[in-house]
Amino acid sequence: MAKHHISMTLNGEPTEFLCSTRQTLLDVLRDELNLTGSKEGCASGDCGACSVMVDDRLVCACLVLGAECDGKTVESIEGMADGENLHPLQQKFLEEAALQCGICTPGVLVAAKALLERNNNPTETEVRYWLAGNLCRCTGYDKIVRAVMSTAADMRENAK
Amino acid sequence: MESIEFQKPETVDEAVKLLQGADGNAKILAGGTDLLVQLRAHMIDPSVIVDIKSIDETRELNKNADGSYTIGAAVAGAEAHERGDITADWPGVIEAWDLIGSTQIQGRASLGGNLCNASPAGDSVPAMVAAGMTANIAGPDGRRTLPVEEVTAGPGKTNLKKGEFIVSFNLPAKPSNGGDAYLRLIPRTEMDIAVVGCGVALTLDDSGTVTSAKVSLGAVAATVLVVEDAAKAIIGSKLEPEAMSALDAACQAACKPIDDKRGTVEYRTKVAGVLARRAVSIAAERAGKN
Repeated sequence: MAKHHISMTLNGEPTEFLCSTRQTLLDVLRDELNLTGSKEGCASGDCGACSVMVDDRLVCACLVLGAECDGKTVESIEGMADGENLHPLQQKFLEEAALQCGICTPGVLVAAKALLERNNNPTETEVRYWLAGNLCRCTGYDKIVRAVMSTAADMRENAK
Repeated sequence: MESIEFQKPETVDEAVKLLQGADGNAKILAGGTDLLVQLRAHMIDPSVIVDIKSIDETRELNKNADGSYTIGAAVAGAEAHERGDITADWPGVIEAWDLIGSTQIQGRASLGGNLCNASPAGDSVPAMVAAGMTANIAGPDGRRTLPVEEVTAGPGKTNLKKGEFIVSFNLPAKPSNGGDAYLRLIPRTEMDIAVVGCGVALTLDDSGTVTSAKVSLGAVAATVLVVEDAAKAIIGSKLEPEAMSALDAACQAACKPIDDKRGTVEYRTKVAGVLARRAVSIAAERAGKN
């Protein structure tokens, strides 16, 4: 069967690709569009390493078909920094060493950004529940949670 | 591995035709959180995937004039939660939907999918059943409505006929002096499959006597159970200790669970009674606050 011709907005840019029905959005990002920031951990929606935004909703790219994305707006980790300027979360993760091997980091950052855009003053419990779908195989959760809390505090300070 | 056709119908009729024409080998895509996992694990091998999200009715989320809600089958749990009015009217229903998976899953997983995947442990189902929700089904012979508890037939099996699919759900208007609750037990804090789930909806009169009740148990039988004896045990009571004991006993008697790594038959049966007691107490407290 012919491949599907899909047009979507990816990190602000109109993007077109061809995919078969079986290809997930994660397959498309990595294999067709060469954006390898989103990682494949489990391919079953358990680990969150492929977290992206689709129409402003945090999802696992491994649980979305590429063919579903026609007309959608997708944001991946590659769209998080503004050129050379890192997003405050990225900067904070570096400063506070909130990563070890780095496999979960893109997904954690995308998910944490989605949280802070909805709630710039989350409690630690809220951060932990929101990020419960992002598994860190190095188990470095405390530093991740602290970096998110500390970024939120900076963002609130800067907004004053 | 054959290639799969992908269709995105915009009308219910078109979807029915696609489902009917696919020789029983069509799969419906809404949130995809079960479908894509099954596809990947080669548990299913569909010839066509029918994405129903372009059909407006499946994405509807409306409060009707009579206070009831119409909730599209493809509406995600997070979308229902974000509307504060459903949470205010039916907190138990929303509690159950909120227990399904992580933030990422909640933004995609649909109510129709959680029901039609027909896991005996699906968290949304006992709460939907207790609340008296019905499923609006479309098929080759037109429309019909089924109570949610009559949709599933066994693990992975539904009573939907060939070409049929759930378009939307009706959530009744919240009765005055009504309250509901859903509780489940899992071996960890979050994101696991229910050992037992219990949904309760009840109404009280001004003196605090239970005037109506519906008690539903999940994960303790091949399908979600409606435990009529449990409801009878508390109707007419003010939830005195004897009534609560009778409720507990009725729930335990209704259980026909399996033994697995999450819980033994004995454990599941015992927990069903305990959760029912607790869920009834919470629902009654909520009903009393109205």
